[in-house]
Order: sequence, then structure tokens, then C-alpha cells
Amino acid sequence: MAKVHVTTTINGEPSEFLCEPNDTMLDALRGPLGLTGSKEGCASGDCGACSITVDDRLVCSCLMLAVESEGHQISTIEGMAKGDRLHPLQQKFLEMAALQCGICTSGMLVASDALLKRNSNPSEEEVRFWLAGNLCRCTGYDKIVRAVMETAADMRATN
Amino acid sequence: MTELRYLAPNSLDEAIKAFAAAGSAGRILAGGTDLLVQMRAGVVKPGLIVDIKKIAEMTKIEETADGGFRVGAAVSGMALYDHVSFGKVWPGVLEAVNLIGSKQVQGRASAGGNLCNGSPAGDSVPAMVAAGAIVTVQGPDGRRELPVEQVPAGPGRTNLKPGEILISFTLPPRPKGSSDAYLRMIPRTEMDIAVVGLGVSLTLKDAICTAARVGLGAVAPTVLLVDAAAKALIGSKLDDAALNAAAAACSAACRPIDDKRGTIVYRTKVAGVLLKRTTAIAAQRAQGN
Repeated sequence: MAKVHVTTTINGEPSEFLCEPNDTMLDALRGPLGLTGSKEGCASGDCGACSITVDDRLVCSCLMLAVESEGHQISTIEGMAKGDRLHPLQQKFLEMAALQCGICTSGMLVASDALLKRNSNPSEEEVRFWLAGNLCRCTGYDKIVRAVMETAADMRATN
Repeated sequence: MTELRYLAPNSLDEAIKAFAAAGSAGRILAGGTDLLVQMRAGVVKPGLIVDIKKIAEMTKIEETADGGFRVGAAVSGMALYDHVSFGKVWPGVLEAVNLIGSKQVQGRASAGGNLCNGSPAGDSVPAMVAAGAIVTVQGPDGRRELPVEQVPAGPGRTNLKPGEILISFTLPPRPKGSSDAYLRMIPRTEMDIAVVGLGVSLTLKDAICTAARVGLGAVAPTVLLVDAAAKALIGSKLDDAALNAAAAACSAACRPIDDKRGTIVYRTKVAGVLLKRTTAIAAQRAQGN
């Protein structure tokens, strides 16, 4: 199969890669692009472990073809911290132990960040509905939801 | 193995030409939330994927000259949610579209894909049927319009002709006192497939229902337009007698299957229950309009 050359922007940096036409964005991220923070859980759009944003829109990278990223702005978990400085959500997840095995964590963080960018003051119900597409088999979700709520409160206080 | 080709044309003509030439090997890609799952499962092995999202008409939401809306077939649920006025005019259609999958799925999935996937349980379809949406399709023989309820032909099948591509949904202007609602029954609170889904669109004038349409999903091989239920509502004050008659009409229209999500008896009963609940929500919204 002939490889396709794709030019895109990943975490603000211009980027190019080669892929098969049927490779998913997740395949490209974890393969040629070497960005393994996005995880493959279900590969069918149910678990959210591969969450990324495309032009600021939250999507599952397993449900997108890599070739579709041509000309778009892709953001992954690798773009969340600024150098050594963790994003407030990452810091809060650590402080509140909102993770155990970690497989769901990057998807949870990317999805939570997308929520807080749209809604700086979500209710607990809104957080739970927003994260319904991110499955976690360890934590029982309470610590994750609390960490997102507390981060939102902190960010409102500092802004 | 056939080689897969990916095409993302800017023009509709180019898309139709390529799609028609590919015959049964061609697949349309809008949000891909069904297609990519089917490809991975090996259910479909396309030779050509035509990505329609670079065609301007496919991703546009516009108000028509007469006060209706035209929604491109590839508009994502989240884009529809973010539109300034669509959800105020068509809250039922919007809530149906935004019940499809997770937020991640809604970032890509479209009403056009939901319709063309042909699932009897697609959430947006009963709401679009209730809304009286007209779809525009175009193929090698030109452009045509048809009522949305005429698109599904059975599970996984549509009445689109070979080479035809769904372009947009046109929703009619709303008279004063109109609104709509969509409810689905699922055993969970989120992220599930409808056991029954029901959309109601109605118009009230001086507390009398002057117009109504009812779309019913997941209880037959295709989503149904239930005329008998609409007739029971029209002319009434949505009193118990009218609601009971409309509920009975919905139950009578059911031709469901027994499966792990619900039995025939259960689905048939719930169709009637949902008619009453959905009508109540639509009526409450209409009173404010």
C-alpha cells in the first residue's frame, strides 16, 4: 500500500509523517510520531483513553484517520505541561491521587481540559456527563471528578 | 487485498464522480464514528473512502430565507450545539443529536452519518422525522429532495441510489407556539443505544394542538413516522384522552425485536410511555415560544 504524506500541526509545532490510508490518528501518534501518551484501550471510541483535540474539538484519536489531520491543529497530552511546569489539572490529579494504574489518565486530562476551556464553572453533574466517554477501571471516578472540580475552582480564583 | 484510497475533495461534483465510480467499494466518511469501527471489525473493507468534510456545503449550518435551517450532512453534534440559535428553535433535534455517544464521539459524529448508517436505533433520526426534515441528496443523475423518513430502508440500508451522497437536512420554519423534544429509554444514564427513542414536534395555539409529528425509533426495522399518534394529538388540548390515544397508536405501530436490550412487550409498552412524556416536554417548551 502506498504511504500517504501528511502535513499537520501537533501541539503547536508543524509536523509531517507518513502513514497508510487506513491508519488511525492514534496509530500515527503512537507510531511514526512517537507520542505514546495517548493510549489505546478499546480502539472503538468507547473508552476515551486516546482523547485528543482537533482544532480545539475533543475527539477519540482511534476514530479518526491519520490522513484526516492534514492541515488541522492537533493537541495531545504531550502538549499539556509547559516544560517542567505541569498544567493545573495534572498537578491536582497528582495531589488528590486521582489516578491509579494511569491508562485512562491522559485521556481524562485532555477531556477535562477541553471541558474547562468551554466551562470554567461546571457542576458535578456536568463534569460526570462530560467524562462519561472516559472509562476508568480503578478509581471509581470520585477522585477524578473532585480533582476536576477543585482545579476549576483554583483556576477561577487565579484568573 | 484491494488497496484503500483516501480522497478528500473540495467539490461535491468531484466527490460524486469518485464515489459513483467506486461502486460498492466506496464509503463516505463524515465523522467516521461508525465507519472506522466497522472497518476495524472487518465488517466493511472499502476500496475508496471519500471524506466529505472539505466540501463547504456539508459542514455548514445556515438559516434559510423563510426562517428554517439547513444543516450540512457532516456537521458534528458539537458544532450544532455551539450554534447560536439552532438549539433554541429545535431543542428536541439538538438533544437527540447530543445523545449520540460520548462528548468525544459528538465532536465528530453527524446527523447525516447517523441517518445513513441505517440503524433503527439512531437517536437523531426520530427527532429529524418529527421535525419534518427534508434531506437533499445528489448523485450522478442530479439532485433530489425527500422526506427524512424515506431514507432508511432497513437495518444498515438506505434508499439512496448508487453514487448518491446525502448533502443536508432542511428544517422548516417554526410558527409561533412550536417546539419539539426527544426522549430515549436506556437502562443506564448515558452512553447507550436506545431501547425506544421518540421525538415529538408540535404547535400550540390557544392551548389547542394545531400541528404535530411523531417519530419513533428502535421498535421496527426502520424509524417510523407515526401519523396515527399525530392525528390523536391534533385538535386536542393534549388532555388524557388524546395522550392515551396517541400512546396507543405508538404502541400499535411497534414491530420490535426481542434482544438483550428489551423484549417486544417492554418496547411496545415504553413507546406509549415515551409518547406521553415527550409530548409533555415539547408542549411546555412550545408554551414559551
